[in-house]
Amino acid sequence: MEWLETFWATYSTLALSVGTNILLALSIYLTLACGLLTVANAAFMGIGAYTAALLTLNAGAPFGAAVLAGALLAAAAALAIGRPTLRLSGVYLAMATLAFGEVVRILILNAEDLTGGALGLNGIPQLAGAVHVLVAVAAALAILLRLAHSRFGRAIAAIRQDEIAAELLGLDVGAYKLFCFVAGAALAGLAGALNAHFTFFIGPSEFGFERAVEILAMGVLGGVASPWGAALGAALITLLPEMLRGLGHYRPLINGLILILIILYSPNGLWDLVRAAARRARAARAGTPC
Amino acid sequence: MLAQQFLNAVSLGGVYALFALGFTLVFGVVNVINLAHGAVFMIGAYAALEAVLLLRVPLLAAMAAAVGVTACAGWLLDRFIFAPLRARRAPHLAPMIATIGAATCLTSLAEGYFGAENLRFPAQTLPVETVSLAGVSITELELGIILLALALMALLLWGLKQSRLGRALRAVAESPRAAALLGVDVEGLFRATSVLGAVLGGLAGVLIALYSNSVFPHMGQPMLHKGIAVVILGGMGDVRGALLGGFFLGFAEVFSVAYIGSTMRDAVAFGLLFAILLLRPQGLFGRAAQRRA
Repeated sequence: MEWLETFWATYSTLALSVGTNILLALSIYLTLACGLLTVANAAFMGIGAYTAALLTLNAGAPFGAAVLAGALLAAAAALAIGRPTLRLSGVYLAMATLAFGEVVRILILNAEDLTGGALGLNGIPQLAGAVHVLVAVAAALAILLRLAHSRFGRAIAAIRQDEIAAELLGLDVGAYKLFCFVAGAALAGLAGALNAHFTFFIGPSEFGFERAVEILAMGVLGGVASPWGAALGAALITLLPEMLRGLGHYRPLINGLILILIILYSPNGLWDLVRAAARRARAARAGTPC
Repeated sequence: MLAQQFLNAVSLGGVYALFALGFTLVFGVVNVINLAHGAVFMIGAYAALEAVLLLRVPLLAAMAAAVGVTACAGWLLDRFIFAPLRARRAPHLAPMIATIGAATCLTSLAEGYFGAENLRFPAQTLPVETVSLAGVSITELELGIILLALALMALLLWGLKQSRLGRALRAVAESPRAAALLGVDVEGLFRATSVLGAVLGGLAGVLIALYSNSVFPHMGQPMLHKGIAVVILGGMGDVRGALLGGFFLGFAEVFSVAYIGSTMRDAVAFGLLFAILLLRPQGLFGRAAQRRA
């Protein structure tokens, strides 16, 4: 088992990052699944990270309570901006959430007394371990998988495909959207809170537009067909640059290319391709042409 | 002092307006939210800088180089991203997400090739002599920026209104199908608009690079966000709105720096954007578009 220990010592941060990135991908999956393009997830992650880190650093709060507070405050922020913002649709919603994200980043940058400004927060206790991340990811995946195959899942799929038709079916479209937005923010806040407690350091630039794009890339790569897609997207986007370490500054190039190629050639995401391949394989085994 | 601030606001606002014009044209005609516009802006700035550093050409020739390079960028964007998605009638968020990818690619290429640091124009290339104008001193550079931005805008407005191409563009913006029936080469116009939009963005990039004398890979990002604020302020796809919005933001920024302080300068644009979206999403001059299902 010694190789396992060295392996873990080398790659534990990477493995934990895969976990928190899965949470982030699930957070954008929730809004994408009901047809909303919001790009405020990085800001919600930042709110969660700063809240939790400040609580454990300065107030000596227990880890569990701090993480919970991070997720809840992110959800509260989403609830506060959700009502007016979600009246917007399509590109306007994307722009409004982008503006919100920038406002949050600039506020963190300027509230130097509290957040340390551009220098960020240093020496955050490393309290998050594999168990915490694993439990959070497993719980989030289980809940979302359960939801996807429920009345709720069918309702948000209906809203994604045609909002007006869904409304005519008697669905409370506004409430479903708000729920997805707030729940997504809570997941992003949770991811931020956990992430802050194994990276030692957080700064405002980590929660800017680039992070938002990265999260979006995970969600789009995986697709909205299933929460598994989001998990797959997150794992690929996190691990791919590690395999291409020699690229240096060119590493974000991969994220960008992935976004373009997926939109051009597989707009429903990778998971859709996986499912289609599985269906074809089953059909071939059964001997029926599909 | 007030007159000085006024000139600053006009030159900054003129560049914002130029940038926003390119963005809003592409949205109005091609119907794409081009989030790679900021990256094209950055490419324009690097193209001019490289022309000055490597070819040792005067500034105007460097601008021509920036026009050439960004025109190619606009052509490539349309050829390889917008056109295939148009052909497939993809939902309108698809090209927007693809342009985020394109922006990431361009920024990463610039960072890999030129490095992350701030580059400057060599000292002797910038015109720094000041001219006195009605008691206010202004550098030749600032004067040039103002004149160039105003001239380009006037040319564009005149072209859209009077020229054959401009009329065709407005017809396509109104309804691509009807324009096609009238014998307009719609695909060609989409491509031309994409090129024109990119060139306007690239020129804005050169002007900002000269104005602040700095060129860096991520310079397009704050500009893109401001451009979006301007365009939403003026109403999406509205050319006059983009002009007014650009100057509005220029004035709002310069005077908030003068009277509130510089740390919140960037928050002004985004706070404004957020407020406009919540209170009046159709923009200050736009009309609400209803979905007719």
